[in-house]
Amino acid sequence: MAEALSQSSKMRLGRLAIYACLVIVAVLYLMPLWVMVTTSLKPLDEIYGGSFIGLPKVVTLDAWRAAWSQACIGTECTGLKPYFVNSLLMVIPAVALSTGIGAINGYILTKWKFPGANFVFGLMLFGCFLPYQAILIPMARTLGLLGLAGSIPGLVAVHVSYGICFTTLFFRNYFVSLPDELTKAAMVDGAGFFRIFWSVILPTSIPIIVVSCIWQFTQIWNDFLFGVSFTSGSSSPITVALNNIVNVTTGRKQYNVDMAAAMIAAIPTLVVYIVAGRYFVRGLTAGAVKG
Amino acid sequence: MSTLEIDRVRKAYGHLEVLKEVSISIGTGDFLVLLGPSGCGKSTLLNMIAGLETITGGEIRIAGKAVNDLSPKDRDIAMVFQSYALYPTMTVRQNIEFGMKIRKVAQADRGRAVKTASDLLQITHLLDRKPSQLSGGQRQRVAMGRAIVREPKLFLFDEPLSNLDAKLRVDMRTEIKRLHARLGTTIVYVTHDQIEAMTLATRVAVMKDGVVQQLDEPQAVYDRPANVYVARFVGSPAMNIVPAVLEAEGATVTAVIDIANRPPARIAGITLSPEAVRRYAGKKVLVGIRPENFSIASGDIPPSLTIDFDVVEPTGPDTLAVFQLGGVEVTARLPPKQAHAGQEAALSVDTSKTVLFDIDTETRID
Repeated sequence: MAEALSQSSKMRLGRLAIYACLVIVAVLYLMPLWVMVTTSLKPLDEIYGGSFIGLPKVVTLDAWRAAWSQACIGTECTGLKPYFVNSLLMVIPAVALSTGIGAINGYILTKWKFPGANFVFGLMLFGCFLPYQAILIPMARTLGLLGLAGSIPGLVAVHVSYGICFTTLFFRNYFVSLPDELTKAAMVDGAGFFRIFWSVILPTSIPIIVVSCIWQFTQIWNDFLFGVSFTSGSSSPITVALNNIVNVTTGRKQYNVDMAAAMIAAIPTLVVYIVAGRYFVRGLTAGAVKG
Repeated sequence: MSTLEIDRVRKAYGHLEVLKEVSISIGTGDFLVLLGPSGCGKSTLLNMIAGLETITGGEIRIAGKAVNDLSPKDRDIAMVFQSYALYPTMTVRQNIEFGMKIRKVAQADRGRAVKTASDLLQITHLLDRKPSQLSGGQRQRVAMGRAIVREPKLFLFDEPLSNLDAKLRVDMRTEIKRLHARLGTTIVYVTHDQIEAMTLATRVAVMKDGVVQQLDEPQAVYDRPANVYVARFVGSPAMNIVPAVLEAEGATVTAVIDIANRPPARIAGITLSPEAVRRYAGKKVLVGIRPENFSIASGDIPPSLTIDFDVVEPTGPDTLAVFQLGGVEVTARLPPKQAHAGQEAALSVDTSKTVLFDIDTETRID
């Protein structure tokens, strides 16, 4: 009896240690976010008065308002709003196109195999390992020839072509687990290439579509290098504008505005994760289980 | 008129020839079973009939029309797959209707066809379920329903029962047989299970290495196998194949088989053609005896052989007795309780069912 008791109290002690560790790590991890949120809600004077970590004495949304619509980027004081719109105009078509093309690629590479299909897939995989920096100059030249240099459609083209490798990989690996007999049955039923894709294959692929969208959305929304290289001025995406707000300041550095701007730039990816995150995990493991 | 003609059809992947000049022809209402082990080319042949594989050489005709260059949907066929291949996101009704929708069948007609087929297969109460909510047997029925509403000239079944458990397999086998009798359709059915072939087929094509070994009615394949391969493949336990020497006795022959420590077995009165008698008298051959063609010798017929039983395996309805004959292990199917391990027994053989094979070519001697 006594032994059993000490056994269970030992267990409880172990549990306590684990939770303590988890809490400490979580606090450490959340610390920067805490500083960002509190700082963004403080007036600038309070920050310069020395309060950096504590709760704001006066809560104000002025910094958020400034970051959104008043902060100066270069010579124009429009806030992040137009760049946020730029990013949306870039990310929506880029995600839709790269996911769509990846889905068709994966469908062809698994269900309409042609001689050398695996070789082609290997080449596409190769694209996943290309560092961004390596393609900057050839891409700039290509965009110039296409007349898309410095524009949002140009940036969309870059992200689509760079994203296809990843989305093809996702869809190909997902479709490989769908039995070939499914396509054969549909062919016997009289369905053609696109009919099978639309009516049979795509409806079974919701989890992997979500994975592909989340992945592409975060990659493209958060991208800075392509944005700063291939756009300029008013066509920049929000990451470039954020950099300009933070790095180009006259007078006192506006920490509260910087923090608010950074959070505005991060909100869309957060929202995507919260809304679709559970599909993300499900989709990543879905290929392993036969339905 | 024949519904399906397979005319010297070949299939090769590069230099690898998987089908070598296969010719099969069946009539309306026939139930053809392509029987063989995995890798014999039977599924490839079925896929070629369906139009899912290209034809390297020869011609396939359905109802007299060459279909080599037609796509599956234009061949007037329907197919049931091993994995059922039901569309996972569609309900049973949508699964059955899918083909008709593509062919733009009017909605009222679609509804009627679904109703007829689902009544026939007793799946009416499942129409609004998804495939994942069905049992294996139910999925099987839905797959058949999808094929039936097509009203094709030719039904193709690709090992449809191999994913079911043993009990259900027997039930569905009966179901398919009943369906065939009621609809009178022409069916090509692929399986590696010789019992399915025997029970379902009106014609069996036994295949091996891309060659049809024998094409005949099931009973003929069982009684008169074309070669040693077919003899061993069809029937369970398999036909006993024993080396023997032939002695001519007038128009018939006697097969003499060595038995260790005993006088040789003499299976007399096997009928052969006069040429075969001349050709094989005094030669070594292979004798094929089905387990059930052995019996305990009774008074009026003299025994053909006397042996000692090694192992005795009672199965209930009968007893399998194993003994040595001509240097190989031989199984006899005897009535229960007639054999005991270690017991000496005198057996007779039904010579009308005994078949002989050439020892080199392993083909049947007539």
